[in-house]
Amino acid sequence: MKDFLLVYRTDYNTIPKGASPEQMQASAKRWMDWIGGIAAQNKLTDRGNRLVPSGKVVKADNVIADGPYTEIKECIVGYSIVKAATIEEASELSKGCPILAAGGNVEVREINAFIQ
Amino acid sequence: MKQAELIPHLFRTEYRKLVSVLCKLFGIEYIEIAEDIVSDTFLLASELWGLKGLPENPTAWLYVVAKNKTKDYLKRNSLFAQTISKEIKCNAPTSEELEIDLSSKNINDSQLAMIFVVCHPFIPAEAQIGLALNLLCGFGVDEIAHAFLTNKNVIYKRLQRAKEKLRTEKIKIEQPTLAEIDDRLSTVLMVLYLLFNEGYYSSNQDITLRKDICMEAMRLTHLLIENEQTNKPFVNALFSLMCFQSSRFDARRNQNGETILYQDQDTDLWNQELIAKGEYFLDQASQGDKLSKYHLEAGIAYWHTTKADTKEKWENILQLYNQLLLIEYSPIAALNRTYALAKANGKKEAIMEAEKIELTDNHLYHSLLGELYTDVDNSKAILHLQKAWALAKSMADKMLISNKILECRQKLNC
Repeated sequence: MKDFLLVYRTDYNTIPKGASPEQMQASAKRWMDWIGGIAAQNKLTDRGNRLVPSGKVVKADNVIADGPYTEIKECIVGYSIVKAATIEEASELSKGCPILAAGGNVEVREINAFIQ
Repeated sequence: MKQAELIPHLFRTEYRKLVSVLCKLFGIEYIEIAEDIVSDTFLLASELWGLKGLPENPTAWLYVVAKNKTKDYLKRNSLFAQTISKEIKCNAPTSEELEIDLSSKNINDSQLAMIFVVCHPFIPAEAQIGLALNLLCGFGVDEIAHAFLTNKNVIYKRLQRAKEKLRTEKIKIEQPTLAEIDDRLSTVLMVLYLLFNEGYYSSNQDITLRKDICMEAMRLTHLLIENEQTNKPFVNALFSLMCFQSSRFDARRNQNGETILYQDQDTDLWNQELIAKGEYFLDQASQGDKLSKYHLEAGIAYWHTTKADTKEKWENILQLYNQLLLIEYSPIAALNRTYALAKANGKKEAIMEAEKIELTDNHLYHSLLGELYTDVDNSKAILHLQKAWALAKSMADKMLISNKILECRQKLNC
């Protein structure tokens, strides 16, 4: 089994603002049911985290810009780490991720771990 | 209580106390001497009480006799007296002056110290449960073998090896330090959790023995709650879980000793007192910011104390199982989570998820798929139930599965 990083991306502008508590709860349930399903297959290494929208981008000339969403449309909103035998299997696990229904996507990358 | 019942009862409650106090006094190297002295005391009790009748206060009698036997032993074995723990040497220059403290405080302290000894990381998990039953609960080798459905020799050897290990590693019986408590409390809880499950889920038909094991696990867990240093939220959570589970003990079997599934249980037989206790300790457990697997399991057990199928109930159970799986995967949690998913989100989604789990050599997996396919695709349900039947080990399980197969066949023929 290898570890794969799932990167969740979406356009922040498409995320509806001012969601009601019910909508937020429904969204939390969709994520928990999906990640719980991966855990039930014993294929979850790390549930990962969400990221807050605001951030900074530090560039070579010591310029610190607000970002990253001013330049690219899609931003990373969160990540998880799953276990799978192949990248195909890891991609299969990503199906059903709630980010897809919200117009986003999941990038699947094999982790090339440092040898300890 | 009649005399015939009294001695086994006192043996169960007092043996472990005396052994703990003497072990703590002598040190772990002399665990067998402590056991011998206490066994001799009970032997004398059963002989004398039969002839002369019961003493006025049987427990006090046992304590006095055990004290005297200890002093005699020390007198006869001056070499032993010189080598046992410093405490005795400092406090009692001669064995006549030796004070054996059988106050309830010292009994509790000694038992707590013994819990931490039994749950020492040097001892393999399998042996820890046996050792806990033996040293902390006063179960004999016969009873332990019976509980584990194995023969006496296996248990005897396992206990001997574990006790030898305690000796060679020179593990001290003393009040655990705060650091040790932090370090080992989770192992202690794991052993108590397994001990309880041994009683609750074992396929052993001896209900009284199983109930005794559960009660003992609860007593030891409560001992940790009584002690300020070990009274942590996750200890309360475990105790709460044990209360909720054991509240259904009498409803789980019919008169013939056959299993009654949760949905078919008579709720009048659920012990409301234990349910209330479980709620109280779950409340106590909610202090602090750490969420342990015991919190989640106690939460799941709490929702099971309301039998009616409500959307709220199954949604809560599903989310608790989701969280539990994020903390720690186990096949049983994965299967139960899928059952809760069917109840909360519908069978269609649960079947898709269940097909992904692939615990194909587990009879419970096929039982679950049988259950999920019932009324959706009854011939598929029968196929899975037949696989479950072939994989199930106990007669009780096989019988439950056969009944389900019959039900599905009837549905197919309608």
